Amino acid sequence: MKVTVTVNGAEYVRDVEPRLLLIHLLRDELGLTGSHWGCDTSNCGACVVWLDETPVKSCTVLAVMADGRHVMTVEGLGSGTSLDPVQLGFAQCHGLQCGFCTPGMMLTARWLLNRNRDPSAAEVREAISGQICRCTGYENIVRAVLWAAKNGGTE
Amino acid sequence: MQVPAQVEYEKATSVEHAISLLARYGSAARVLAGGHSLIPMMKLRLAQPEVLIDINGITDLCYVNLTGAELRIGTLTRHVQLLESQIAGEHFAILHDAERVIADPIVRNWGTVGGSLCQADPSEDLSAAFAAMKSTMVIQGPDGRREVSAREFHTGPYETVVGPAELLTEITLPIRPGGGSGYQKVARRTGDWPVGAAGAAVWLTGDTIADAGIGLTAVGATHFAAAEAEEYLRGRTATEETLARAGEIAAENCRPVTDQRGPADYKRHLACELTTRALRLAVARAHGQAA
Amino acid sequence: MTGHEIEAHETGPYGSIPRKEDARFVRGQGTFVDDISLPGMLHGAILRSPVAHARIVSVDVTAAAAHPKVEAVLTGADLAERGLAWMPTLSGDVQAVLATDKVRFQGQELAFVVARDRYAARDALELIAVEYEPLPPLVDARTALAEDAPLVRDDLGGQAGNHIFDWTAGDKAATDAVFSAADVTVGCDMVYPRSHPAPLETCGIVAAFDAVTGRLTLWSTSQAPHAHRTLYSLITGLPEHKIRVVSPDLGGGFGNKVPVYPGYLCAVVASMVTGRPVKWVEDRSENLMSTTFARDYHMHGEIAATADGRILGLRARVLADHGAFNATAQPTRYPAGFFHIFTGSYDLQAAFCEVTGVYTNKAPGGVAYSCSFRITEAVYLVERLVDMLARKLGMDPAQLRMRNLLRPEQFPYTCATGWQYDSGDYLRALALALDIAGYDELRREQAERRARGEYMGIGISFFTEGVGAGPRGHMDILGLAMVDGADLRVHPTGKAVLGISVQTQGQGHETTFAQIVAHELGLTPDDVEVVHGDTDRTPFGLGTYGSRSTPVSGAAAVMAARKVRDRARLVAAAMLELSPDDLEWLDGKWRVRGDPDRGAGIAEIAMAAHSSLELPDGVEGHLDASAVYNPPNLTFPFGAYICVTDVDPATGEVKVRRFIAVDDCGVRINPMIVEGQVHRGLADGIGMALMQAIVFDEDGNCLGGSFMDYLLPTALECPSPELGATVTPSPHHPIGAKGIGESATVGSPPAVVNSVVDALAPFGVTHADMPLTPANVWRAIQGRPVRPDLALS
Repeated sequence: MKVTVTVNGAEYVRDVEPRLLLIHLLRDELGLTGSHWGCDTSNCGACVVWLDETPVKSCTVLAVMADGRHVMTVEGLGSGTSLDPVQLGFAQCHGLQCGFCTPGMMLTARWLLNRNRDPSAAEVREAISGQICRCTGYENIVRAVLWAAKNGGTE
Repeated sequence: MQVPAQVEYEKATSVEHAISLLARYGSAARVLAGGHSLIPMMKLRLAQPEVLIDINGITDLCYVNLTGAELRIGTLTRHVQLLESQIAGEHFAILHDAERVIADPIVRNWGTVGGSLCQADPSEDLSAAFAAMKSTMVIQGPDGRREVSAREFHTGPYETVVGPAELLTEITLPIRPGGGSGYQKVARRTGDWPVGAAGAAVWLTGDTIADAGIGLTAVGATHFAAAEAEEYLRGRTATEETLARAGEIAAENCRPVTDQRGPADYKRHLACELTTRALRLAVARAHGQAA
Repeated sequence: MTGHEIEAHETGPYGSIPRKEDARFVRGQGTFVDDISLPGMLHGAILRSPVAHARIVSVDVTAAAAHPKVEAVLTGADLAERGLAWMPTLSGDVQAVLATDKVRFQGQELAFVVARDRYAARDALELIAVEYEPLPPLVDARTALAEDAPLVRDDLGGQAGNHIFDWTAGDKAATDAVFSAADVTVGCDMVYPRSHPAPLETCGIVAAFDAVTGRLTLWSTSQAPHAHRTLYSLITGLPEHKIRVVSPDLGGGFGNKVPVYPGYLCAVVASMVTGRPVKWVEDRSENLMSTTFARDYHMHGEIAATADGRILGLRARVLADHGAFNATAQPTRYPAGFFHIFTGSYDLQAAFCEVTGVYTNKAPGGVAYSCSFRITEAVYLVERLVDMLARKLGMDPAQLRMRNLLRPEQFPYTCATGWQYDSGDYLRALALALDIAGYDELRREQAERRARGEYMGIGISFFTEGVGAGPRGHMDILGLAMVDGADLRVHPTGKAVLGISVQTQGQGHETTFAQIVAHELGLTPDDVEVVHGDTDRTPFGLGTYGSRSTPVSGAAAVMAARKVRDRARLVAAAMLELSPDDLEWLDGKWRVRGDPDRGAGIAEIAMAAHSSLELPDGVEGHLDASAVYNPPNLTFPFGAYICVTDVDPATGEVKVRRFIAVDDCGVRINPMIVEGQVHRGLADGIGMALMQAIVFDEDGNCLGGSFMDYLLPTALECPSPELGATVTPSPHHPIGAKGIGESATVGSPPAVVNSVVDALAPFGVTHADMPLTPANVWRAIQGRPVRPDLALS
């Protein structure tokens, strides 16, 4: 069936099977491979993207459910050549190692900072608690988000 | 990555439309709300519906409001909306307690209250919370609307009274004087299903328990409730001993099974411990002594 | 050690600089295997056994092959025709690629479907009909050697039972004598349960065979691309120079991506059969149920000591569950890996261990998951025993360790099982950890809380690792010695490209190896580009696991850079019309002795080396150099960890409140990255101690087949770590570095368990097996512990 999805500000029209998962629409149909998947059970959060105004796990959303909606992926963070403070924070604070969970983590971080300009470390931990990182032990992710909050955290 | 089998898709634009679609497709159809229970089941091919009826467009099922002496929750309400609803928290702290420990913030953004209840997982937190609150489930079908007590809603694991052409549309919770409530859960890890969990509500007259509601999940409690313990509490003074005894009665009457989350004896022990703790919290809140 | 003393080692381009690789990752521009899409590419999916043990009666793929989007279906019989139904494992056993006779574990590979898209490939699996004749499964390793145990490996000629190997280390007679004479002995059965490394990216491959050129190109999740290339050649018979293995960005590995898996070979064959590129990427359940697991050691350990707390000896007996195929990835001569470093960090008179390996109907593997080749199990054993001894003697566990730790003057130290520890200052590391923790204050707090009925635990562990395998004389995998090469090219303008054989999975090699070369050549890290993960562009080596990148490949990079520097000296001498002896390397340049303002840096020298400058006889032009590094010994990192927990005995819930980690990995190239590695390992330790276990039911069903039941710690279970560092350089490594990748994974689990057991001391608990889930903790308090490896016990 035909779906119209706006991704990172650009409108895409695609004819898809109803069973197509949103993550596969993004990765396989639109070539936006910055979003990853790490499990099949909505436990790991590697696939987190924004659906309209909130982060969701795109391995557990059908592409047809995004029809008429806006999606933001890691490719839509920052503007043009400039990076979002969250992206800068992750690089500055060694908030990533293998980089696989990073896009999802950053999208959740941006959402948190839009709602909470000055989060505590505990609030950052709560916000990312549905996302698994196997490399950092989370400590430097927390530091990265706090760095972003301090250095121009809101859009 | 696991992927669902072929499925047809219909987008419902209203409750009536959803019901007519459900009537048309019968048991071949499944209602798709947040999909956070259904889609993983479809990916594992444990669920293979022929048609999905997407109700995410029925935004008038997204609400948490106060009407008279009732809190009304639309079933398309996302978990995050219930968690952030001030009026829900003010009158039913148990709902915020429970929502805070359901899955994780990202899942709560999209998963729905109605979806959780209709999935009817025997370890569902909200089922216990609504059972404790003696809520009412509003179901709509081709012949109109009917109301079912939360304690008659589930007919077994993954089964409810909602018929093939029916839709759960609302949960209502009566607000009664002297009330306090709380929810206690033990999980293997943040975001996991409970090993055991208990929700409790009390309605006090002075120090006397005028009425009590106890919901239990993951421990094999009939209808997610501990009716015998509630009966024991009614009319008694809310002392530590009384609450502890109620916990014991709740534990005696549940039928937990051993699984990867823990052995049955431990779960029975948790039923006792967490019932007592939830009651303690509910009483403190009813007295205004706890947040 | 003061910060000032550390700085003395970590100078110049060493230090905490941001990583070069992050620029692409924060933009979502990493390239992982599943991101690769080639024209005409097909998608593979594997049909797996739903049961643990059964004879295969028939496999009917007719309906699947008739699916309109299916291009090919491979079965074991198809592979057998090509001689590829079985493949060698990294331990010299054989493993079924696609089963032909029996299935031997739940999740074993049976058939491979190739279709035009991944959804269709998955659909077609449902169309394959397999008839099984059920066989009794062997699930409990402790019954594997019983007379009536089901026989797992009837395919092996001469294999009468499920026994794989017996292996011993140390002096049995001397150890028994020490135990007989000791005042005090303590023993305990303990299980290190099966776990899985579970990198966030699962394993996968894109195989592209070009029938015209005969070239096979593989983009795969490989921690060891060169070793894989050799293996593919040996297995398939394709000439090795026609095979190129590319390991692009890896989403973690931790040992999971060391072996060659059946799915990889299926994709290779499928590409040959269809003439098109074939992608196969496993899903999470496939990853957890079929790829290499870790641990699964059933141990009995004993410790002997004098009445006043002098530790004398250690004894261990281990039953090792290796699953259905012996597919551990470890140096060939060590069937139990480096477990015999269970002598730990203490001055012992004698030690002896014996390990028996057995087959069971479980997924194959055995050494994976940041374990330093089984040192994880060894450290757990010894550190639990030391705590038990402290309890028995009524001594403080910190004091007991201080009493027995090796002293600086004892290094190099040859332990009772033959390892020669290179360097260490153990007392300093433990003292620093105790200081950061505020140990005495913690003990006071614990006493106060206990008086109030609150249960807080303080757990210590001290570990010594041996990493950087290894000396070629006695460490190889499948005959390939564990040495690594480095190629360093210096362009005319003095910018350098370093090719390395090891494979980052997040460790930041593109940054740290650039720092290494920059440090040697007076360049900046930005001047050095690091190339890895492409066998056509990099020198041979055995890859990244066992914390061997810096100890082995890092040393190779240093040696190559020093060759460049030596040649640069000759060129500089020609430039300056001086004798090489007149020059000294000072502050990143060759300078004239006594006239340091005169001299030349690498950039000027490189241009001269490429110019028409007349060079002395025997001096080649250019500055490029390569090196192969054969480590003289392992390096021995160490550390002292302290974990503080709060335990609710009524629910069994454990909260890790604090984690203090002092690590000494020798000279640190990039302390920021070192600390990141420690953070990771602490999360591993908390995960393994509290929740991560692959458990089986009595039918051999894997109960940890998804992230819903194989639980990994989240940000809410991991505390903010409190780190400290000491720097004791390795005397034999060219820059004194030791390796850090696995230290915290090795060292932290016993700290957590010691902490929980300490919290539960008032209940008389002396040991509890991992994972310390709420249920297991509660059952330990009841005195009715649960078998952690089996469900429903």
